[in-house]
Amino acid sequence: MRVPVSWLREYAELPAEVTARDIAQKLIAAGLEVESVDAVGHDVTGVITGQVLEIEELAGFKKPIRFCQVDVGESEPRGIVCGATNFVAGDRVPVALPGAVLPGGFAIAARKTYGRVSDGMICSEAELGLAESSPGILILPPDTPLGADFVELAGLRDEVLDIGITPDRGYTASIRGMAREAATAYGVPFHDPAAVELPAETGESYPASIADPTGCDRFVLREVRGFAPDAPTPLWMRVRLTRAGMRSVSLAVDVTNYLMLELGQPLHAFDRAKLTGPVVVRRAEPGERLETLDHVVRDLHPDDVLITDASGPISMAGTMGGLHTEIDEKSTDMVIEGAHFSASDLARQGRRHKLKSEALYRFERGVDRELPLVATHKAVRMLAELGGAEILPGVTHAEAPAENVTITIPADHPDRVAGVAYGRDTVVKRLRDVGCEVTGDDVLTATPPSWRPDLRDPNDLAEEVIRLEGYENIPARAPRSVAGRGLTPAQRLRRRAGRALAAAGYDEVINYPFVSAGDWDALQLPADDARRRALRLANPLTEDEPLLRTTLLPALLRTLHRNIGRGFADVALFETGLVYRPRPDAPTPPRPPVDRAPTAEELAAVQAALPDQPLRVAVVLAGHREPAGWWGEGRPATWADAIEAARIIAGEAGVELEVKADRHAPWHPGRCAALFADGTLVGHAGELHPRVTKAYDLPARACAMELDLSRLEPKASGTVVAPHIATYPVATQDIALTVAERVPAAEVEAALRAGVEAHGAGDLLESVRLFDVYTGEQVGEGNKSLAYTLRFRASDRTLTAEETTAVRDAAVAAAAERVGAVLRGA
Amino acid sequence: MSAPNKSYDPVEVTALHPDEVARARDEALAAIAAAASLDELKQVRLAHAGDRSPLALANREIGALPPQAKAEAGKRVGTARREVSDALKTRQAELEEERDQRVLVEEAVDVTLPWDRTPRGARHPVTTIAERMADVFVSMGFELAEGPEVEAEWFNFDALNFPPAHPAREMQDTFFVESEDSGLVLRTHTSPVQIRALLTRELPVYVVCTGRTFRTDELDATHSPVFHQMEGLVVDEGITMADLRGAIGAFVTGMFGEGLKTRFRPYYFPFTEPSAEVDMQCFVCRGASAEPGGEPCRTCRSEGWIELGGCGMVNPRVLVAAGVDPERYSGWAFGLGVERTLMFRHGVEDMHDMFEGDVRFTQAFGMEI
Repeated sequence: MRVPVSWLREYAELPAEVTARDIAQKLIAAGLEVESVDAVGHDVTGVITGQVLEIEELAGFKKPIRFCQVDVGESEPRGIVCGATNFVAGDRVPVALPGAVLPGGFAIAARKTYGRVSDGMICSEAELGLAESSPGILILPPDTPLGADFVELAGLRDEVLDIGITPDRGYTASIRGMAREAATAYGVPFHDPAAVELPAETGESYPASIADPTGCDRFVLREVRGFAPDAPTPLWMRVRLTRAGMRSVSLAVDVTNYLMLELGQPLHAFDRAKLTGPVVVRRAEPGERLETLDHVVRDLHPDDVLITDASGPISMAGTMGGLHTEIDEKSTDMVIEGAHFSASDLARQGRRHKLKSEALYRFERGVDRELPLVATHKAVRMLAELGGAEILPGVTHAEAPAENVTITIPADHPDRVAGVAYGRDTVVKRLRDVGCEVTGDDVLTATPPSWRPDLRDPNDLAEEVIRLEGYENIPARAPRSVAGRGLTPAQRLRRRAGRALAAAGYDEVINYPFVSAGDWDALQLPADDARRRALRLANPLTEDEPLLRTTLLPALLRTLHRNIGRGFADVALFETGLVYRPRPDAPTPPRPPVDRAPTAEELAAVQAALPDQPLRVAVVLAGHREPAGWWGEGRPATWADAIEAARIIAGEAGVELEVKADRHAPWHPGRCAALFADGTLVGHAGELHPRVTKAYDLPARACAMELDLSRLEPKASGTVVAPHIATYPVATQDIALTVAERVPAAEVEAALRAGVEAHGAGDLLESVRLFDVYTGEQVGEGNKSLAYTLRFRASDRTLTAEETTAVRDAAVAAAAERVGAVLRGA
Repeated sequence: MSAPNKSYDPVEVTALHPDEVARARDEALAAIAAAASLDELKQVRLAHAGDRSPLALANREIGALPPQAKAEAGKRVGTARREVSDALKTRQAELEEERDQRVLVEEAVDVTLPWDRTPRGARHPVTTIAERMADVFVSMGFELAEGPEVEAEWFNFDALNFPPAHPAREMQDTFFVESEDSGLVLRTHTSPVQIRALLTRELPVYVVCTGRTFRTDELDATHSPVFHQMEGLVVDEGITMADLRGAIGAFVTGMFGEGLKTRFRPYYFPFTEPSAEVDMQCFVCRGASAEPGGEPCRTCRSEGWIELGGCGMVNPRVLVAAGVDPERYSGWAFGLGVERTLMFRHGVEDMHDMFEGDVRFTQAFGMEI
């Protein structure tokens, strides 16, 4: 809402010395979002009023050019060249004299043009900053004084406040509402522009009725006849409309817009000649259509609230008028509509038809139900005064009973909300300031004014008192300390996992969760892969990425690519976030009422409709894990780093990961590990499939890991029991085992451990460490040699060589039995 | 070898003869003096002070002497051994000093060589600042509540007192999960967690929630369709706006230091009543830039104040929808933008930086913020 301060001052007796900035601060403190204060017209100087005395048409140019003698109240007229032709001798016009400055710093000087010296410029509205464009120069009323300062005369200089309006404060979408707030803020008198004497209702005007009182509870029609369709909109009105951000169209349209801005009541003008039969306000019937002012033929919805006549729909109530009953440049007889419609019905209607309009904006925020009679009355009076129309007697006033709202609060309710002792008298005063009728002592009964349909609850009243008393006067009370339990284990794990990955060299990124179906192909996901079942957005930002991720990898791979493209060859990234896995046949969630808590069944049903949203962590790597340098070779990032990243996280959870070879997209089928925690699959890691690195334009052998933290976290070990630290010496045994190449190292180690365990020496085995893997002639084709160091230690004695050798032999025997291992050098 | 009861002249034991002892000592001292390196000295030590050195062997003979002879012989050998031992110590020190002067210098390396062999990673500043923001409240005893990102409209709107088709719903440009009547949205704010917390926790409730939120804004310098919020919620008996101001003040102190003012401006949110937008005094210029003649301030654009977020008293209608008796309980809630906080606290100029994943951006922030 753009509010010219001069208009505001007309209804609020603001002290002369307060500036627009002061007013803005006061309004902000009262809860109005003043976004800017614009000074307008201050850059225009040297424009005075003149009268065209003679016009000489200059011939021989491509367009008509006039040389005019203009009386500007000086002893001699001035000669001025003008390219416009919409004026005649005798017209009064604004003239920019040499030395004048027009909006945008456009300086005027006497200059020679078209063979004459032009001693100034006759101005159009556009040149004066009063319109976007104008067809010709601005012609002033014949009674305009000559030689007067036009800027003063037209009230061109003003300050305009641009104010955002929150949805609850519909009444401030008007000068009336803003002036009321400003007057209250300054404690000065407010003159209500809606306070007009209405004529006694002398019977009906154009016949109208309300067929559906749920959509409309007040409908007023007034009629004028003999309006002069070419009557100009007076300059003052055009200036105000422009300053408020509206275009001047024609007097009849301008009057309805002007009153909407001033009062907040949208009005609609029908061409009386185009109406047939009585007007009825009703809902749409099946199959009805209406061509609206924007030349769109709209299929109407049975819930749409319509203005109809005998011909059918003629207007979408409060939203947009119909094309065929619109007033035009010849309309002389008009029916002016002012109504009060259901805010929620109109809001839905606007959304259904994707329509926005100034009228709808106000109706969906709530319009004063008492305004239709006032606004239509002011409208017909203005049409009469400014356009020579005759006001027909009679007022059509259809009405449905409206709910009478009263709110009862303890007088100290605002005190208890704010934590401030206002006292009853202050509370009553402030409620009266906003227009409430208030009765009662300890318990107050307030009847909100007709323009405040947003006031419904005790806290609504509390807010009015508190904001008018000033939010700045609410004290701060030191927070109470409460006995919280701190972060949950899952929350702590998430933080630790992030720190551990960062410490290991990974950089965290945050990606959008939007992906495309093409990503599933790029990841080489099989047709039946569960990750292809993704939620789709009804209104994605880009049609390219309408799906919600089911895996963190696609966006992470794109980010990896972006970094490489920016010149970073060695990149290791991680991301933690939710993925969204729709449940097959998930129901539509119910929407329980909100006047009570949902039942357990209702809650469960809502919950069942939501997708699974597990928390994942993923890493991607490319290039070197350790760069080459003066110390020597670098170490390329490999599948093993990806698996290690999972182990780092599992380590933070206190979980031992079990690693098994797997074939799982998007990984290389021979370099893919499935990761298990306590028998539960928690993720995958390894080198990416060459087709995947190609699809994402990544270097060969890029690696990735994705782990489900939601599955890992429950496996976390509980409280650590401190180990016993034995101080007896360690006994080590190195062994090299030959096994078939296909035997996984993990199985060999498991066999060794099992052998030790079976020997009853589990307590003695401190560690098993694989320190070498060898393939070659010495171990034979198809075999490999795995070299382990076994470390033994007893807690109560020094182990003898015989003891450790016996345990070692048991371990080797188990490896022989389970995985066919042969001890080398035996 | 010898019997203790026999009269015995030490002089008769060759090794203990004064001349012999003196000779052994002199040879030892000469060898020590001649030792040119620590290794040579080690050899000399073995030869002249070791278990099999002449003086050590001589010393063994003393035990066999008759008591009256022991003292004298012991004194003689002991003196010689001490002299040798002292000479060894001295020479050891000399040689070590020499080594330190020479060898360790030769072993010098260029310690200014760079070592970027084990690159360090970093956490995303949005993550770390969200943790830091939450921890201000966690340290006061608040707990960290959570909720899903794909959320039921009932939680995201209905229960938060957004009536269907109310213009308030348009304040938050919503991503709908297909189809539009699926009843599912990407949560537009963290406020649905308020409802979840009230429905699942015992009263009183003191929680904060940080998390990802979504609105259909195109990514530009100051907007992102995906962003993060921190939500705070208190529901207890006797809670007032004064408590809310106190909590916001504590947050500002925790994040930006002591002595900064906060300012409430009336606003509208469906789920709070009364509602406010809250500003804090600029922590850089402390408001000075907005004074006449003040130095311009980039952080607050010379407004003196920085917008923190929205807050208010929990609308009793919300309490009712969450099964809380508004006659007995009241509460406050606030919501702050995490990215916004990061932007003004750390001078991030462009929202793109937070979501492009450029490692240079993340690296600048390290582990904590």
